[in-house]
Amino acid sequence: MVFASIRSSVRRSGQFPAGDPDHTPYDRILRTTARGDSVATAGIRIQKQSQEQERGLGGNLAMNWNLLFQLVVNGIIVGALYGVVAMSFVLIYKASQVVNFAQGEFLLIGAWACWWLLTTYQIPFVWGFLITLAFMMTFGVILQIVVLRPMIGEPIISVIMVTIGLSIFFQALMKWMFGVFAKPFPPIFETQSVSVFGLQVQSVYLMSLGISLFIMAGFGWFFKYSKMGLAMRATAFDQQVAQSLGISVRTVFALSWAISAMVSSVAGVVVGTVNGVSSALSFFGIKVFPAVILGGLDSILGAVIGGLIVGLLENVAHFFDSQFLNWGNMYEIAPFYVLIVILMIKPYGLFGTKTIERV
Amino acid sequence: MTAAIDVNAVPAPPVAARKPALLSVNNIEVVYNDVILVLRGLSLQVPEGEIVALLGANGAGKSTTLKAISGLLKTEDGAVTRGDISFAGEKINGIDPDKIVRRGIFQVMEGRRIISDMTCLENLRLGAFTRRDNNVRQDIEMVYDYFPRLKERTGLAGYLSGGEQQMLAIGRALMARPKLILMDEPSMGLSPLLVKEVFAIIRQINRDLGVTILLVEQNARMALQAASYGYIMESGKVVLDGTAEELANNEDVKEFYLGGGGEERRSFKNLKSYKRRKRWL
Repeated sequence: MVFASIRSSVRRSGQFPAGDPDHTPYDRILRTTARGDSVATAGIRIQKQSQEQERGLGGNLAMNWNLLFQLVVNGIIVGALYGVVAMSFVLIYKASQVVNFAQGEFLLIGAWACWWLLTTYQIPFVWGFLITLAFMMTFGVILQIVVLRPMIGEPIISVIMVTIGLSIFFQALMKWMFGVFAKPFPPIFETQSVSVFGLQVQSVYLMSLGISLFIMAGFGWFFKYSKMGLAMRATAFDQQVAQSLGISVRTVFALSWAISAMVSSVAGVVVGTVNGVSSALSFFGIKVFPAVILGGLDSILGAVIGGLIVGLLENVAHFFDSQFLNWGNMYEIAPFYVLIVILMIKPYGLFGTKTIERV
Repeated sequence: MTAAIDVNAVPAPPVAARKPALLSVNNIEVVYNDVILVLRGLSLQVPEGEIVALLGANGAGKSTTLKAISGLLKTEDGAVTRGDISFAGEKINGIDPDKIVRRGIFQVMEGRRIISDMTCLENLRLGAFTRRDNNVRQDIEMVYDYFPRLKERTGLAGYLSGGEQQMLAIGRALMARPKLILMDEPSMGLSPLLVKEVFAIIRQINRDLGVTILLVEQNARMALQAASYGYIMESGKVVLDGTAEELANNEDVKEFYLGGGGEERRSFKNLKSYKRRKRWL
């Protein structure tokens, strides 16, 4: 409770403790959760929120519809980003049966790469973004070939340990290269925020929603109509059959990592432009788990819906928390509570594989 | 190319004179997991444009032979440790399965192995994965001409009947435009009528498209009707080979693989059917 009160005071004052150089794993989780908070709620500039909260604390139980609406929109925007990251997580899992614990670090690396290009070389955002995408694609391929290809055929736990190792390694590498403090992105849009249905929404977040929807549609098209997408589905279904059709399983694995790294980095850049780039970005990698397990580990559609649910859930939970409960940590915890309940009712998630049995 | 296939109208292709072999397997030895010796010195030739049957009991190594040719052995931790396999004059053992498909050998695996969570059309398009030309659309129509039933099935391939799945598996093989199709037990789990239909189609494909077919079968009678030449395997070796007619008339083959050869057997069969009839009454 002491911790909760400190946290809520931090939230009210709107300041977060800057990352300190010495960090234990616990420390990291605490700080990332504190920042994860900022990652999400910064989506829409919630004016007068602190005053509302004060009144909430004072026992005013009337529903604050305006705040709720803002948080729901916020949830959709952040949820769409979760969905995108969850999709790229599921892509790797489906194609190569690897649970990638380093998914969050893909966001981090992509965001830092883009930030570095923009600040060091002063190139326009679009170019920096495209170069980042190309870089992340190459990065994904190389990572797969160098680190994960030798692991094919090894026990699943070994592969998981390797991805956890990668996560820690890249986390530390990024801190070593770029420091531990959050660094702001150069502004992308002339106008910082636009009015949508009477809500002040940051332009970057509108861009984020647009990009998320574009990526989702792109995934849909890719897996339904493109030759390589079909080949990836075939590989996910049965590797031997895929090989008998002339599909190179190695190429499919490398491609799935490339696409996954690239798409995750898009989310990283988008979040980075709003909140600045810091190791808090890799927190997305943890938020992805409730999303994909909710949706079913091997369903791309499930990942999108799971992401949206998690995004909405944490914002709505935050609303009730700040208005009525004042427990101070519902924002992070609520998705995991719901995750446990859903796994008790539907162990394969909402859209998990139902194998077709002919009768 | 005709759409409807009359089961009885398609004659067996004439037994051709010895042509140069498209595929030749020379004295191969196959080992699984480094210790289990499955093929011990197997040799066979498949002449271009013909159907060759590979027969034998369960566990003789027929499927292993096909996997050795298509390279899929690698996916099951098996390896060709001796001898060589050459296709169109080039040695192909040790090459990855996806590259072998690109060279023109396509295996229709045992149990059809269609991708059940995709539609028929998606399965067919995957068959053409290795092709770079723009005639895929026409070939899909061609497959629909052979198998009009597939065109009506728009749902997931997993919901097709066994016969339809087999047709889809053959159609998917055609989409790759291979020179040689390796077919592993196309009659598996099908009703006698469907078996006839499938074999009629196999003959028709061979005749119309000039595709060479190496056919592994349990149903020796049907296989020898369709094929021009046959090999009989036993515990990893070829024990007998000859033209389909020779094999079909061979006394040993009749007794072991075709069944119902001699007098006693026929009387036993009558006894059985008599009993069955009585039971129904």
